[in-house]
Amino acid sequence: MSQQDRIKIAKRISKELPDGASINLGVGIPTLIPDYLGDKKVDLHSENGLLGMGPTPDEENINMDLISASKKPITMDKGACLFDSADSFVMIRGGHIDVAVMGALQIDQYGEIANWAIPGKDILGVGGAMDLVAGAKRIIIASMHQAKDGSPKFVEKLTFPTSGNGRADLLVTEHAVFKFTENGAELVEQLSDLSLEELKDITGAKFTY
Amino acid sequence: MNKLIDKSEINKYIKDGDTLLVGGFGLSGTPFTLIDELAILGKKELTVVSNNLGEKDKGLGILLHTGSLKKAMGSYFTSNRDAVSEWSKGNLEIELIPQGTLAERIRCGGAGIAGFYTKTAAGTKLAEGKEEKVFDGETYILERAIKGDVSLVKALKADTLGNLIYDHTGRNFNPVMATAGKIVIAEVDEIVEVGELKPDEITTPHVYVDYLVMNEYEKIGGKYVVPTRSN
Repeated sequence: MSQQDRIKIAKRISKELPDGASINLGVGIPTLIPDYLGDKKVDLHSENGLLGMGPTPDEENINMDLISASKKPITMDKGACLFDSADSFVMIRGGHIDVAVMGALQIDQYGEIANWAIPGKDILGVGGAMDLVAGAKRIIIASMHQAKDGSPKFVEKLTFPTSGNGRADLLVTEHAVFKFTENGAELVEQLSDLSLEELKDITGAKFTY
Repeated sequence: MNKLIDKSEINKYIKDGDTLLVGGFGLSGTPFTLIDELAILGKKELTVVSNNLGEKDKGLGILLHTGSLKKAMGSYFTSNRDAVSEWSKGNLEIELIPQGTLAERIRCGGAGIAGFYTKTAAGTKLAEGKEEKVFDGETYILERAIKGDVSLVKALKADTLGNLIYDHTGRNFNPVMATAGKIVIAEVDEIVEVGELKPDEITTPHVYVDYLVMNEYEKIGGKYVVPTRSN
């Protein structure tokens, strides 16, 4: 996957984020989003206990007790607030976080998400993924269109373990933007030179357009 | 009453087979001195409730080398490959818990609440064997409270009464764990006189805290490092 594709996805998602929204960014592509927000002011939530996450500090200002959920040193924006893990998940589970942007291993045509476990591999980490799937007001999936082996990640039915009953609202890949409604997936926008037929060929899910 | 004890005294309060609630997210907000002492004391068959098992050779990670652990309960163990390998060899049981469910189970343990229903993990592998109930058309699962025999927490500062304040995101699981252990031992960088902490800034009220132990690590370049022994 090229960095250009990852940036394209991050840029497109940044357009979806309303000014003033509280946002939780997962690992991977979502972490690129803060660079493409322009003048927009959003509050970044870090599930280890901070709302109002700022950029990486200079070397001399690093405090390893001020870190992101990816365990990297960070700073705080003006107006930032700190809280414990229970409160942090009250925000997530209680529907107080406006948007969660996360990666996925697979997503199905109704927006069901698999993003924590690969079948046949040891399952020893879940983190906050299931809490976010269950509780965020709006879920945007940032994902490459295909897995490394070329197989579709956007599928008719999940073959990887589900992350819960919550559903994604939007999927953004390097090729297209899909939104999810009760009726299934709908193609909203194409982001590459692929023809519709070519897009269908590399997509497992059925979608309307 | 001064709650300060020497780190070696924790031997009196922790038994083999105990369930310990240990604060920290990665290595942030981790009671390093207390964990080192646990390793030295050679406690066995411990169940540790903590978000992670530290990192390789750091924090709770060292207890994987001393054969101290029977079971780990937390949300993310893949960041310490020793935990993965001990688990795959059958030397360590792991109970994987979504991070928010972990925090809330401990909060309930401290709050006298037996359990709660949550949407988190409903319909997933982590819900297997758990009671399901539908409220207002949505499926929830029953999660039980977690309590500890002993909580080991890390704060920045205490007063001699045991009121605690924390360092930024070093707070994480520490405040809820401080409510949910039968015995609560807090490791701190500094102890000040009563009245020096502003009532408004106190995060953990002293009623929860039984003992204080001084942190022996030094913070250099924003990171806790092993103390240099003078003798």
